[in-house]
Amino acid sequence: MCRARIRLNALCAFLLLMVACSGEPQQSADTGALTGQLTLTGSSTVAPLIGEIAKRFEQTHPGTRVDVQTGGSSRGVADARRGTADIGMVSRALNADENDLTAYPIALDGVAMIVHRDNPLPVLSEEQIVAIYTGQVTNWREIGGADAPITVVNKAEGRSTLELFLGYFKLRNEDIKPSIIIGDNQQGIRTVAADPNAIGYVSIGTATYEASRGTAIKALSMGGIEASLENVRNGSFPLSRPLHLVTLGSAEQASALARSFIEYAASAAVSDLTEAQYFVPLTH
Amino acid sequence: MADRIATVFMWGVALLISAVFAWIVGDLLLQGLPHLSWGFLSATPTDAGRAGGILPILVSTLLILAVCMVVAIPLGLGTAVLLSEFGRRNPLFGRLVRYSLDVLAGVPSIVFGLFGNAFFSLYLGMGFSILSGGLTLACMVLPLLIRSSETALRAVPDDYRRAAAALGLPVFATLWRILLPAATPGLIAGLVLGIGRALAETAALLFTSGYVDRMPGSLLDSGRSLSIHIYDLAMNVPGGESNAYASAVVLIMLLLIINALTFRAADRWLHQRITAV
Amino acid sequence: MSPSRTDLPLLWTLRALAALAGAITLLIVAFLILEAWPALQTPGLSHFLTDASWFPASTTPQFNLIPMVAGTLAATLGAMLLATPLGIAAALFSRFYAPPAIASWFRRLLELLAGIPSVVYGFWGLVVLTPLIRQWAPPGQSLLAAILILSLMILPTIALLSETALRSIPRAYLQGAAALGLSRWATIRGVALPAAHCGIMSSILLAAGRAIGETMAVLMVAGNIVKVPDSLFAPVRTLTANIALELGYALDGHRAALFVSGLILLALIVLLVSMSDWIMRDDPGTAPEALTQAQVPQHG
Repeated sequence: MCRARIRLNALCAFLLLMVACSGEPQQSADTGALTGQLTLTGSSTVAPLIGEIAKRFEQTHPGTRVDVQTGGSSRGVADARRGTADIGMVSRALNADENDLTAYPIALDGVAMIVHRDNPLPVLSEEQIVAIYTGQVTNWREIGGADAPITVVNKAEGRSTLELFLGYFKLRNEDIKPSIIIGDNQQGIRTVAADPNAIGYVSIGTATYEASRGTAIKALSMGGIEASLENVRNGSFPLSRPLHLVTLGSAEQASALARSFIEYAASAAVSDLTEAQYFVPLTH
Repeated sequence: MADRIATVFMWGVALLISAVFAWIVGDLLLQGLPHLSWGFLSATPTDAGRAGGILPILVSTLLILAVCMVVAIPLGLGTAVLLSEFGRRNPLFGRLVRYSLDVLAGVPSIVFGLFGNAFFSLYLGMGFSILSGGLTLACMVLPLLIRSSETALRAVPDDYRRAAAALGLPVFATLWRILLPAATPGLIAGLVLGIGRALAETAALLFTSGYVDRMPGSLLDSGRSLSIHIYDLAMNVPGGESNAYASAVVLIMLLLIINALTFRAADRWLHQRITAV
Repeated sequence: MSPSRTDLPLLWTLRALAALAGAITLLIVAFLILEAWPALQTPGLSHFLTDASWFPASTTPQFNLIPMVAGTLAATLGAMLLATPLGIAAALFSRFYAPPAIASWFRRLLELLAGIPSVVYGFWGLVVLTPLIRQWAPPGQSLLAAILILSLMILPTIALLSETALRSIPRAYLQGAAALGLSRWATIRGVALPAAHCGIMSSILLAAGRAIGETMAVLMVAGNIVKVPDSLFAPVRTLTANIALELGYALDGHRAALFVSGLILLALIVLLVSMSDWIMRDDPGTAPEALTQAQVPQHG
């Protein structure tokens, strides 16, 4: 009992010290005084990028550990709320009912419509895309292509790429008549690459990367603007989304370590990593 | 005539299975072997797994498998012995357990993942850890182990039991000296199936042992298993296929090695058991 | 040899282990119900059966799970029809037809097949199998693809466990058959299969469970359209794929609805197990005697 009390006191003292320390100005942070462990969970789109950033962060801040877990944007939100994770990863803008969280953008991503490389149509108008996805057009012949049924590839419910796509074309998921529903980007790439009659949409970086290394897909321009990371960067490409880190409560309520990691993840020190994972860094 | 047709059919099926197997594994080897090297096995992954190797992932995989088997083997063997040897003493209990295990065998792996996440990781406070992942896998392979062990034990001729009883051997000695050695080949077949299933599992581990590809320092660290690494590279990382294939080849080789070692160990154990009697 | 007093600790240890193993299922069921509870209250169970379709995240959410149940049943049944004869044939081949050296290699091969991760099967199915089916009947990702991949995945389970059961037939049976001059096939049909049928049945059930529960590979080849399949070439979504596709992205009501899919999945399995329990019990069969039956009474 007595020993427990002592331990408790020691713990309290330690916590007080921690609080006191974190109240101090952050000058010492950059010299490696930050220690402790951070857990991040969430979006499978963001996880590989953050994993790489975490490795570099650990190297520049010895004594810290950053564990990255994947699972989906909603999991990032839920875990940040529950405190299971210090920081959540979310590949969309926060919803209206998620204002208990603070979101920090760290990079940009775009969504591109893709078709098979052998598809003769050079471009599709937005009306044509809407017609295809709502089932008004079911054969490529009707819009000037080969005589073949269109394989409409849609994303599974809840994915932020789906929400972005629906929002841009002002569609409801109920109106879409898909032939195939996919989960992750790579599954979409593979499905379209294996089917000359397919149309789908995936992350723009993934699409340009895969097309450049000879995968049998091509990305379509949107509203006359070529689907490229450059056009996402300069803001002209219409279908783009921010990638976020989120913490519970206001920015001040986050721990010093979490704040310092978030700052680091959005800084120019990691823009090479962001580009290596085919996203657009915010700092330029 | 029927005999001849049956013979042709059996050989046909065996050839068909071998052919499909050769197709899949051939595909894997063709795509994976060029990327396989000592460096791949002994380096840490970089660039989200596109470059570098898989050493920490190998270590995590083996640790998860070890935790799983250390828990599942005694639990599975004990239950199988109870069901096959003492099932009739308390038929209701036996039937309930068996029923429950049959249901467990059908629980989808993703549900195991959710359960493991909620129970081991959160409720028991293990967090994302190799321990939590291994325990979740243990729950998953348990029905498989019990089923196969029970089949193997039931297959031991009753003469053995009568002979042991006539000699007045206590139950423990009958089990240890006679029944288990006699059932070893079947036990091993089940064990190998269980190891295969555990090594191949993805969904149950994603939410329990986690995604961290760092070298684990203890069982309470998060560690990425080979199967998750393959899944992530194949589904989530553009340009990750070649390393995904290479990792799949490693996984299959690992399985081969573990199988061979298990059979070797079982042979030795069998030999000792029988000569020691 | 009923367990003497010194054996009691052993017996109780075994019972404790078995109780622990059995309790895991209860724990999982309890947990599933707990998570699904909000959705079972609002919108209520009937919505999962009568709504027009499955749009759980919409502003006017719809929760019909029937197409997914149909998809799961169709894929599982198809895979069982295909894999059961092939798996038993593979077991018979390895036990009765193959020369010992080949049999041992063949077993090794089956074990390897059992150990290939489902992602790899799915990958192979997506890249190799579905394009082949697509040339025949688009879009290729279909019930048929799911059935073929599932068959491939459960075949080793049936084959290996059936082989264990076949191997455990008392040698005297086979010697007796040989003495009667029965042909190999007649021996198998008249002696081996009946003697091992308990083990074979249980291997089939285990495989059926695996087929119902398989997730990743099916997700990659089945097309995942929420619609009751009207042909082998129609894309389908199974209950497991439904969970795996949406769970990481689901919040609140949607998430609870996915746990209802989990519960329905579990109900299907309970149904399957009860059915098999019933079949096996009615059958006088050849349930082998065990320790307790082989006892020599010690206490008078």
